[in-house]
Amino acid sequence: MKIPFNYIFRNLWTRKLTTLLTAGGMALVAFVFAAVLMLDAGLNRTMVGTGSVDNVVFIRKGAETEIQSGITRDQAALVESQPQVARGADGNAMASKESLVLISLTKTGQDKGSNIVTRGVSPMAQVLRPQVKIVQGRMFQPGSSEIVVGKNIHEEFDGVAIGQKLRFAQREWLVVGTFDAGKSAFDSEVWGDVEQLMQAFRRVNYSSVIVKMTSVDSFDALVKAVQDDIRIALDGKRERLFYEDQSRALSTFISFLGIFLSVIFSVGAMIGAAITMYSSVAMRTGEIGTLRALGFRQPSILVAFLIESLLLGLVGGIAGLACAAFLQSITISTMNFQSFSQLAFSFLLTFKIVLQTLLFSVVMGFVGGFLPAVKAARMKIVDSLRAA
Amino acid sequence: MFYFKLIFKNVFRAKLRSSLTIIGLVIAIVAFGLLQTVVDAWFAGSNAASASRLVARNSISLVFPMPVYYRERIRAVPGVKSVTLLNWFGGVYKEPRNFFPQFAVDHENFFDLYPEFIMPADQLSAFKRDRQGAAVGRKLADEFGWKIGDTIPIRGTIFSGTWTFTLRAIFDAKDETTVTRQMYFHWDYINEWLKQKFPRRMEQIGTFVIEVDDPSRTADISKAIDAQFRNSLAETLTETEKSFQLGFISQMEQIILTIRIVSFVVIFIIMAVVANTMAMTARERLTEYATLKALGFGPGFVAALIFGEALMLSLIGGGLGVLLTFPLAKVVGVIASAVFAVFKVSQATVLMQLACALAVGFIAALVPSWRSARIKIVDGLRHVG
Repeated sequence: MKIPFNYIFRNLWTRKLTTLLTAGGMALVAFVFAAVLMLDAGLNRTMVGTGSVDNVVFIRKGAETEIQSGITRDQAALVESQPQVARGADGNAMASKESLVLISLTKTGQDKGSNIVTRGVSPMAQVLRPQVKIVQGRMFQPGSSEIVVGKNIHEEFDGVAIGQKLRFAQREWLVVGTFDAGKSAFDSEVWGDVEQLMQAFRRVNYSSVIVKMTSVDSFDALVKAVQDDIRIALDGKRERLFYEDQSRALSTFISFLGIFLSVIFSVGAMIGAAITMYSSVAMRTGEIGTLRALGFRQPSILVAFLIESLLLGLVGGIAGLACAAFLQSITISTMNFQSFSQLAFSFLLTFKIVLQTLLFSVVMGFVGGFLPAVKAARMKIVDSLRAA
Repeated sequence: MFYFKLIFKNVFRAKLRSSLTIIGLVIAIVAFGLLQTVVDAWFAGSNAASASRLVARNSISLVFPMPVYYRERIRAVPGVKSVTLLNWFGGVYKEPRNFFPQFAVDHENFFDLYPEFIMPADQLSAFKRDRQGAAVGRKLADEFGWKIGDTIPIRGTIFSGTWTFTLRAIFDAKDETTVTRQMYFHWDYINEWLKQKFPRRMEQIGTFVIEVDDPSRTADISKAIDAQFRNSLAETLTETEKSFQLGFISQMEQIILTIRIVSFVVIFIIMAVVANTMAMTARERLTEYATLKALGFGPGFVAALIFGEALMLSLIGGGLGVLLTFPLAKVVGVIASAVFAVFKVSQATVLMQLACALAVGFIAALVPSWRSARIKIVDGLRHVG
């Protein structure tokens, strides 16, 4: 015979303060658990969204980031002329030769500079990155000292409004537009004409060459051809993978922090649940005896108390998730250790995270409630009736 | 005395519940301590920075070099005692996860400017004599088991190719804040190679480290140095070593802020657990409190009983937590040595841990004690726990 669900629910309702405190503790744990997963998911979306499947990034052998790399004009021209590189309607190779430098800009409200990626791009760059769209002003004119800034730079940094000028490399650079790169890493960059930037910074080498392939399958052939040609000898990587690798350390750090916190927090919350359930069992000794005397079996008692504890966990999980959902409007901007520059990303709540968090909180409730429920089920009828 | 005895008996009346609460407290206090130590570890570099040293770098950003001839002009600035070179190398030892910082330095006077690195004189001169020589910190040498005379291969990412260095000197830290998990070698060696391979990149340096006569004049001297190079191809930005280090940290400010917030969330959660315990305890003993009041004890006494019990619980938990933090911090320090060069629990952290434990106990006792103290004797006696 099963114990009515109503009985279980009303037990929680009667002791509101205790229920609230226990579920509140669990909600906080669920919140932190979800928040860390969301942060990692957001970072992942940013990095995956930065790369396109059919683009390949070439950098110098041994270099790990674009900033460390250097590619001569000859090498770049040879890469462009590979047969696997797609061509536009005008017959030009769909390739962008880019030069990366870091400049120091000041975040609004801070007095120290943060490193910002300033990317010199070829005219083809926008074709290769269809996610980049000008939302304010216009694109820079090739051959001029004009720059456009990403959405996050526009929002978080001083002195980058349209019409303002940035001074670096002995020149003044006029900000003429703002672009939205669909929450990808380009949102944290400043773009200008590659030839102008290289002249200003007295550079002769590009940092990287990005090409679009004729088809996704030609990757292996293209990379092999470029690696085997001793005149070129560059490392090629799929753009998507390249950007994922750029944030690997940051991602590992976030996951490590997440696991550490979840373990510690959940132990605390489980202890909280166990205390609540133990006291609930102790207080209801007489009641349990009565239930048993009425003919409810041991398993029904066990299940009833377990469900009570699972409910506690579920309520906590839902409350925590609800709070975590609000985090989605927050953008975090921090230094990516690998690329040594600022990267902005936001919290992202996915269906998988919802499921994981709910599962996690229910498991917390189960573990916390298991021993007390066993204790309740194993009470002797006579003893418990006498205790009351 | 009677009062303390009563509290003590009360704490251990519900053994299971009290021990669970204490375990929860211990975990929270340990977690809080470790997270605070993580934040401290982030600031280790800036804490170790000297007040009498300045760092000059290219004003555009750190990745741009400056011509090395700037050195003589910086030395000519009044108040500057000596100048040395320091260049980030960014190499990989075997695998990327073995990360440690490497710097190419001016072997002649670098260690004169850094008296906090202590090494035997014969090792120092051996380091100076060998162009391929390297000096590493004690912590790094221990980690990879390097001995004097070992050959260390480093794969360059900025200076491509595999470089081999011979370990000539191992330096120790002067005190606990000094970081000894890095490697130094001759800038000349790198520069010679650049001369042959990439002549455009030779005679360039990432940072100058400058020692000044009078630490109180660092602001003026920085300004004077930067004025020397205004409107040149490589304008400089000179700041104290500490502010230079803080520049890195401020770029990661939001992550550090998050860790700070999280460490207080831990305390908040445990507060909920302890408050829960106290609420249940007080509810169970309402009859008892009513009896005490009937016997003539005032509401203050009842409140004090609950406060005493909560504080004792939290102090036991907090104390155990503090004791456990030290061995655990040691373990974390070993595991995360690639990330945090110094991982040490500070005195401030211990004090904060104890303060948090006390605050948890105090706040947890507020509502239950207020309720129990106000209960009418008749209601309390009638109450069935």
